[in-house]
Amino acid sequence: MLLSWPQWEFLLRGMMVTLGVALLAFPMALLVAFFAGLSLLSRLWVVRMIATTYIEIFRGTSALVQIFFVFFVLPLFDIELPPIVAGVLALGMNFGAYGAHIVRSTIQSVDRGQWEVASALNMPRALAMRRIILPQAIIVMIPLFGNEFIRILKATALLSVVTVPELTFSGKILVGHTGLPGAVYSAVLIIYFATSFPLAMSVRWLEARIQSRFGVVSTHAREG
Amino acid sequence: MEFDFQYAWRILPALLDGVVVTLEATLCGIAIAIVGGLVLAIVRLSRQPILSTLAVWYMEFFRLTPLLVQLFFIFYVLPQYGIRLNGFVCGVIGLGLYYSAYTSEVFRAAIEKIPRGQWEASTALNYSRGATWRRIILPQTPPIVVPVLANYTIGMFKESALLATITVNELLGTALKEASVTFRYLETITLVGLLYGVMSISASLAAQNLETYFEKRR
Amino acid sequence: MKNEGNLQAVSTTVPCIEFRGVSKAYGSNQVLRELDLIVPARQRLALIGRSGSGKTTLLRLLMTIERPDSGTIKIDGEPLGWHELDGKIVWRDDESLRRVRGKIGMVFQHFNLFPHMTVLDNVMEAPVYVLGLSRAEATDRAHHLLSLVGMTEKAKSWPRQLSGGQQQRVAIARALAMEPRIMLFDEITSALDPELVGEVLRVVRQIARDKGMTMLIVTHEMNFARDVADRIIFMSGGKIVEDGPPEIVLGNPREPETRSFLRSILER
Repeated sequence: MLLSWPQWEFLLRGMMVTLGVALLAFPMALLVAFFAGLSLLSRLWVVRMIATTYIEIFRGTSALVQIFFVFFVLPLFDIELPPIVAGVLALGMNFGAYGAHIVRSTIQSVDRGQWEVASALNMPRALAMRRIILPQAIIVMIPLFGNEFIRILKATALLSVVTVPELTFSGKILVGHTGLPGAVYSAVLIIYFATSFPLAMSVRWLEARIQSRFGVVSTHAREG
Repeated sequence: MEFDFQYAWRILPALLDGVVVTLEATLCGIAIAIVGGLVLAIVRLSRQPILSTLAVWYMEFFRLTPLLVQLFFIFYVLPQYGIRLNGFVCGVIGLGLYYSAYTSEVFRAAIEKIPRGQWEASTALNYSRGATWRRIILPQTPPIVVPVLANYTIGMFKESALLATITVNELLGTALKEASVTFRYLETITLVGLLYGVMSISASLAAQNLETYFEKRR
Repeated sequence: MKNEGNLQAVSTTVPCIEFRGVSKAYGSNQVLRELDLIVPARQRLALIGRSGSGKTTLLRLLMTIERPDSGTIKIDGEPLGWHELDGKIVWRDDESLRRVRGKIGMVFQHFNLFPHMTVLDNVMEAPVYVLGLSRAEATDRAHHLLSLVGMTEKAKSWPRQLSGGQQQRVAIARALAMEPRIMLFDEITSALDPELVGEVLRVVRQIARDKGMTMLIVTHEMNFARDVADRIIFMSGGKIVEDGPPEIVLGNPREPETRSFLRSILER
């Protein structure tokens, strides 16, 4: 019931694609998250509205629906994207919406007193944000976004339904060839686990280091 | 590309049928997740070394691997052992097992938050272990547990879309079936997005109200 | 000798409570050392001493909230759950533990009322679900006890609406509702604002007067101890240092350690 080495290799190459997609989607999500998160804190009502709308749309529907949208609907408007790009785009936008909340809540969690000190020192708002508030927020964000990366890694599996050759898709193909869903999917699960477990441990280690150094309590992002 | 409103109106009833299936799947799934989560939490709190470790590994495994692959596993592998379950049942089991890894953390945190004094008072009143859990400890968990479970339910509602990949005719599955015949992806997927969006946003607002309700009662 | 009626006279040959060679340590902190203690039925025993002297631990061991490292505790001659057998600590079966433990009630320093139930429900809860009383019987008993502790008007209130003194009085009613033969009071006024202490002590004095149960009271209130107790034990370093009637232990103690402790209390 075990797989042969070439079969493992096939799956591992799928994992490479998985990692590639995740490593592309993650920075995109970060960018979007910062942009949207800071927009949520804007003093202009319009900006907040737009950001909220975007976030609610992408959090209100599941990633799978968004992937289908990018893959099936955009081409109808003459936007033809190769599957991987479509996937990265969809995941980036989806996780950007969740990330925006992380950005906003960590910024808001910075002690009020910091703002007061900044204005007592006659700092303009933007400067205070850039030099005082954001750095403190980012420290708390690091483990939270670490967890988001792991979630992105899991979400790449959804791209298998639009034929992106990542790990799950490779698994489907292999099941078709071998007719051994038990062995193949077990292997797939093991590979996912073997990759995310060390990542998860690292994030927890990071969290512990940060907590002992800076004494900040990190709130766990909600699972979605 | 023009949005065909007439077509959209025509397929709406079928899609709403799909919504019903989605809701059914979510309800069954969360029920399993609650039971499973409670069991896991109690196991972890029991400090039995072997069972506790098994529970931890269970949780790590289900949280660090994609739900989609877990669903494939249940759907495609069980028949090989003579267990023929339809997509819906496989999907519900998959959702339940996956989410119980998360709900158990909530239960554990809520139970640990209950002051030791409550356990001691129960002992002093000569409660058996079972009665202590049933009458004193568990009834004090809702304020923490309910809001989080509400959010997980909403999450599960959205993730139930994955069941479309194992032949379940929930919302997304119904839409894709329709679109595969007429090729009108624009209307189908837009409607799907709208339906999911409207329902989950209103549910989130309701859940927020729940949260404030419990906050006030502290 | 098994007794169903909790306030009947018990055979005087078998002590009500017996500690034999009981030791308990928390980490490196030896809280009780080879403690021997015999408490006859219906005695009111006050335990005094500095914090960490072991008096609270003694109560908690009796209530089976903690387990001894060594030694045996007996109630009416029956070993309580954990006891020593051939040099090892073994667990007697759960059935007999609960039977023996049912004779003991405890009131805690931090009340520990059930926040998700009203005052009345708090008092009725255990009689219904542990003793199997009907709701009618339990309600009657609860109302009777609430009037005893002076909390009748608050029967439908929630714990968080009550002051500390009120909560503690409810806690006393709740413990009494189980009709224990032995009542343990663990520093029940230490967590209260000074002006609320009196109302609680008044209730305990009344119980001591009207009900014939064995009482073990850990307290810092010396006047109260003098009034209520037949016997006072001063503990230090996990051992009983002085043991006698209030006139001696509080009025004219034999041990220098007792004297210095009492002096420090008076100076507060």
